[in-house]
Amino acid sequence: MKLLVAFISVLVLVAIPYLGITYAGMSSVFGIIVPYAAVIIFILGFVYRIIKWARSPVPFRIPTTCGQEKSLPWIKQNKLDNPSSTTGVVGRMVLEVLFFRSLFRNTKTELRDGPSLAYASSGWLWLAAIAFHWSFLIILIRHFRLFSVPVPYFINVLENVDGFLQIGIPTLYITDVLLLAAVLYLFIRRIAIPQVRYISLVSDYFPLFLIFGIGLTGVLMRYFYRVNVIGVKELVMGLIALKPNVPADIGSLFFIHLFLISALFAYLPFSKLMHMGGVFFSPTRNLANNNRMVRHINPWNYPVHVHTYAEYEDDFRDKMKSVGLPVEKE
Amino acid sequence: MPNESKSDELKQDELVKIDYKPPKKDWMDTPVHFRHGTYIYPAKAKNLTYLGLPNPREWSPADEDWKLPDNWKDIILNGMKERLDKYRSFKVFMDICVRCGACADKCHFFIGGGDPKNMPVLRAELIRSVYKGNFTAAGKILGRLNGARGLTKDVIKEWFYYFYQCTECRRCSVFCPYGIDTAEITMMGRELLTLLGCNVNWVIEPVANCYRTGNHLGIQPHALKDMFEMLLDDIQDRTGVKIEPTFNRKGAEILFVTPSADYFADPGIYTCMGYLMLFHELGLDYTWSTYASEGGNFGLFTSHEMIKRLNAKIYAEAKRLGVKWIIGGECGHMWRVMHQYMDTMNGPADFLEEPVSPITGTRFENAKSTKMVHITEFTADLIKNNKLKLDPGRNDKLRITFHDSCNPARAMGILEEPRYIIKNVCNNFFEMPENTIREQTFCCAGGAGLGTDEMMEIRMRGGMPRANAVKHVHDKHGVNRLTCMCAIDRATLSTLMEYWVPDVKVTGIHELVANALVMKGEKERVVDIRGEALKEKKGEDNVR
Repeated sequence: MKLLVAFISVLVLVAIPYLGITYAGMSSVFGIIVPYAAVIIFILGFVYRIIKWARSPVPFRIPTTCGQEKSLPWIKQNKLDNPSSTTGVVGRMVLEVLFFRSLFRNTKTELRDGPSLAYASSGWLWLAAIAFHWSFLIILIRHFRLFSVPVPYFINVLENVDGFLQIGIPTLYITDVLLLAAVLYLFIRRIAIPQVRYISLVSDYFPLFLIFGIGLTGVLMRYFYRVNVIGVKELVMGLIALKPNVPADIGSLFFIHLFLISALFAYLPFSKLMHMGGVFFSPTRNLANNNRMVRHINPWNYPVHVHTYAEYEDDFRDKMKSVGLPVEKE
Repeated sequence: MPNESKSDELKQDELVKIDYKPPKKDWMDTPVHFRHGTYIYPAKAKNLTYLGLPNPREWSPADEDWKLPDNWKDIILNGMKERLDKYRSFKVFMDICVRCGACADKCHFFIGGGDPKNMPVLRAELIRSVYKGNFTAAGKILGRLNGARGLTKDVIKEWFYYFYQCTECRRCSVFCPYGIDTAEITMMGRELLTLLGCNVNWVIEPVANCYRTGNHLGIQPHALKDMFEMLLDDIQDRTGVKIEPTFNRKGAEILFVTPSADYFADPGIYTCMGYLMLFHELGLDYTWSTYASEGGNFGLFTSHEMIKRLNAKIYAEAKRLGVKWIIGGECGHMWRVMHQYMDTMNGPADFLEEPVSPITGTRFENAKSTKMVHITEFTADLIKNNKLKLDPGRNDKLRITFHDSCNPARAMGILEEPRYIIKNVCNNFFEMPENTIREQTFCCAGGAGLGTDEMMEIRMRGGMPRANAVKHVHDKHGVNRLTCMCAIDRATLSTLMEYWVPDVKVTGIHELVANALVMKGEKERVVDIRGEALKEKKGEDNVR
């Protein structure tokens, strides 16, 4: 049911630009208004969410420590998994954000007869996540070819590396294959593992279908139904220069691709995809475990009711005296 | 009240028939069922009243009517809003979960029970769904499609059930790609429940006791002194050494604070005897306090405010007595508080001095702000500097493994110090499998206020992963002692071992130190600190 809702939603998102372009000739709506609107929503929404998080203070320093603390000089500290300095925290965050350090630890638990519990390292989720996110990033960077004249040198290098297999004409990009394969894996995993299916929501399926749609339309355009690339670049450069202009005969496939991307941009700030920004805000990862070395300040620390020593002694003075415990007041 | 459940009433082969497959019905349509052995009795009215907490009353979770205040819904929603504004952790964790499920089989309660709502992700969804339904635009518009739901009394019941089936052990947080910490979620959930007076007595009674008498067990100062007399008699009986510690002594250099369970009951008392013997042998200028007579802090299992209310006495007493710094004993959640909360809440401790070991001269740089040193840091430093005469052979009948307690491991990272001590005071040490120790350690399943008999089924289930790893080294290496540095562990692991691995007994690190410590003026040691023969009788082996 949830899966179906997500799937149909994406189909609708495909149909809208197709119908709009084919039957209504609304190329300036889908080529200019929608992308601008999406970018504006994305930027405002993203900033809004970040500000919203940033406005809540971090009252306590609560890192999850995943290795030896800094302690006596002859005990080796695990500086990355249990950092006590800013450098260490930066290292930890780099590992987390670029290489998904925590997910890399993933294990699979199995209950066998006996009973006996077995734990095996389980790298598939990590591998698919890495393949997905890095491919997405590289593909995004490759698209800068459309945004710049002349095309920067590093983009040509990136394209050569990405296409080093030199299969087919045009050359097959590895990241195209990896992205689609990884999304497919993440989807299959979501429906095949009963526990994961049980927790999955429409908002878990929807981005998978959406991104698959983006990848698929991109692949179709590049390898199968060539679109007018010169025209596309003209459109994109026009959007960037704020002199929008839609050249003729770009092809509806491109508009579908662009619309899905716009949908992703506009959707992102309101969805779980904000984990992209949120991971930097996670207090269990981005704080140093230097709690006993440097005092952390809670901006809303307030006085509380306590049972003072004086009250305690009032409660128990006679009993204390009876066993020779020193008291403040006789 | 129904009978207390006993672990021997639970059949192991029944318990391990675990169906991990979630039900057909959506989790939102599966109401919670309060079954004996899976929930804790509610807080008694007198305890809530004493602490000034809301809605004291007689009630039971099994009742249909929980006697919530009329405006309970506003209380919860306002409480959520307040906490979203005060805690970035709460807000970020509500927003960024992608439901990848990596946490699912990391929770001991899910592994041992199979209830899908014990998957950390779903435990968080219990509250996240309400957050979405009331605080996010997408949730308000899309409703259930987006995982949002309204707030009903059934939701409150569900929270009560599952936030008291979480031990705040943070194992899931190690594996989460965004570091989402279920302990943080559970703490928020319990704070909200506290606003409605939905607390459990196993937490609130110790809190009330601690507030009044200084310790969870409610031991009054004169009784505390009596208990120590018994421990001191036992030490003299077993070692020939007479020890005279001081209490509430002004001008001592060091204040020593440990959980009250250490001087109250077996097997914690043997660890406590270890502290007493060690400090005596060193001639340490230190004092105990009857006011700060509790290192633990069940406030941690109630609310942030309650942590602060109970923790305040530590620095207050250190100041009153005029000590220079503080040593803390072997306890798990106590160190979560001492390490991550105390300085922020009740500091700065500018009236204390940076801790320096008077025996070795070592400066404990890592505690220069809180001025509180963990006993294993202190003892490891002594051993490293050859300040102790040790005979590890006295522990030879023990084959030892070590359980990392959740909080020292995952909220502190104190992993090597205890191992260094253990390896120096005994000869037979064996590690459990690597997925079950250090930062991946499995909880005893009785932490965070769950260690009560009425929770026996949940405890035995949740403790299965830990017990299973112990059984592995028991079968493979003949391990017969499980060492830990946590007072809750010493109590709950004992029950857990009796049930799953009956040959294994539980011990604290300083009990092992006590056995190995060669003291000035001691008599020939023929019994260990428990009063049991040092060497097992093996016929001729025993003849010199």
